[in-house]
Amino acid sequence: MCTTIVFPPREGACPNPECDSDTLEPAELSRRGRVWSYTENHYAPPPPYVAADPFEPYALAAVELDDDGLVVLGQVARGVSAADLHVGMAMQLEVDTLYRDDDHEYLVYVWAPAAPGAET
Amino acid sequence: MTGASGERDVAILGVGMHPWGKWGRDFTEYGMVAARAALDDAGLAWRDIQYVAGADTIRNGYPGFIAGATFAQKLGWTGVRVSSSYAACASGAQALHQARAQILAGYCDVALVIGADTTPKGFFAPVGGERRTDPDWLRFHLLGATNPVYFALYARRRMDVYGATAEDFARVKVKNSRHGFENPNARFRKENTVDDVVNSPVVADPLRLLDICATSDGAAAMIVSSMDYARHALGSIDGLPRVKAVSTVTPRYPQTVLELPDFATDSSAAVPPPDRSFKDSIAGSAYDEAGIGPTDLSLAEVYDLSTALELDWYENIGLCAEGDAEALLRSGDTEIGGRIPVNPSGGLACFGEAIPAQAIAQVCEVTWQLRGEAGARQVAGATVGITANQGLFGHGSSVIVTN
Repeated sequence: MCTTIVFPPREGACPNPECDSDTLEPAELSRRGRVWSYTENHYAPPPPYVAADPFEPYALAAVELDDDGLVVLGQVARGVSAADLHVGMAMQLEVDTLYRDDDHEYLVYVWAPAAPGAET
Repeated sequence: MTGASGERDVAILGVGMHPWGKWGRDFTEYGMVAARAALDDAGLAWRDIQYVAGADTIRNGYPGFIAGATFAQKLGWTGVRVSSSYAACASGAQALHQARAQILAGYCDVALVIGADTTPKGFFAPVGGERRTDPDWLRFHLLGATNPVYFALYARRRMDVYGATAEDFARVKVKNSRHGFENPNARFRKENTVDDVVNSPVVADPLRLLDICATSDGAAAMIVSSMDYARHALGSIDGLPRVKAVSTVTPRYPQTVLELPDFATDSSAAVPPPDRSFKDSIAGSAYDEAGIGPTDLSLAEVYDLSTALELDWYENIGLCAEGDAEALLRSGDTEIGGRIPVNPSGGLACFGEAIPAQAIAQVCEVTWQLRGEAGARQVAGATVGITANQGLFGHGSSVIVTN
């Protein structure tokens, strides 16, 4: 096994072409990282996104995880706008509601500015 | 690859387009107009065509998936052999690659390469159904990550890392709107100012409406042949535009730049990144095949899905070092009349994107430029042109044409 990391999780072959393993084991990724880039979306996406009504702009950040050598895109925690972000800024993972229906609340990861004193 | 006569080039005998716009008609109607224009340009009849390489669209139901046959039937069945290529925005280059391979392998002498699209209003959305293993579905569902969101990530990174400004991005639009102003095939023919762009509504910060290309209807077609066929048909091939290279590369692992439609990159923790990034390898492979480099170019047609993305391409196709694209733009070198004009057609800024036609349209523009037939947007003395484009799901596309 080559010990490379893949996200989102997948089954089957390792993505590394130099590796013949079909065994992919769960691995815990860093919950912290630094902003690679960011944006703020001002137009409601089409389905299958479940947009808030009325639509509220939201920020997204592509964050380079501290120890895993990869960048993960996510929405940014509510209340944080693009003006609050910059490339290289320390971020941490949180969990928030993606949307609700009659029976369930669906969760998704979001990026939030790292708590003060918890610099990565 | 070497053809039957020992040659590696294929001749461009004719090119044609249906103008870009937004009418919502059957895409094969646009394709017919483009095909007939290319046939007229080549001085050939549809009956003469031995192979049809169709570039596919996913937006028109099942017939769109089998584009080569769809166009052959529309033009009238002749028993012609066909292929159909789907590579998102790179479909047209894949179709050209198919036609070239058939010609160089000696299976046919002359081929039609064609792509056409009709597009819905608004953002592109993933195809229907609930597909929880499809990254294209997931990035919309989980993250609301539209295409402009990705364009904006690249744009913002240029601002924070290289000092790009909103005015720099606007200047790309101003340049391209000036280039395309008299292009009869362009959809948007209005000269924009920096103020127009920076005062248009924010779509995905820092990009505004006039920074982002529209979705369009349109069609483009080429007639390509072996050099022998061209010699016999024309008597002389002096000055005839010819395809020197077609790059259809995919990424090497690990792909470390976030690309549509993925919402994570590969990891470089255990495996170091390749020497050449995917986007650098797209044109790089074409230069390698043609045996030329960026300093040999007369012009370039690049995929300006956003104004800021055109600046990324300056670096990816080797016009300047990483981080120097804003300086190159500000110098005026990428305007018609400058050292290396980029998007003399007006680019996507003036056309909007008609996906399966777009990579073919880029080559049509280079062909007109090399023949000296580009009218008000002519690049003086053009002899070498490159196109560059990238399709969703790791499809690179770059074509080099010389005369």
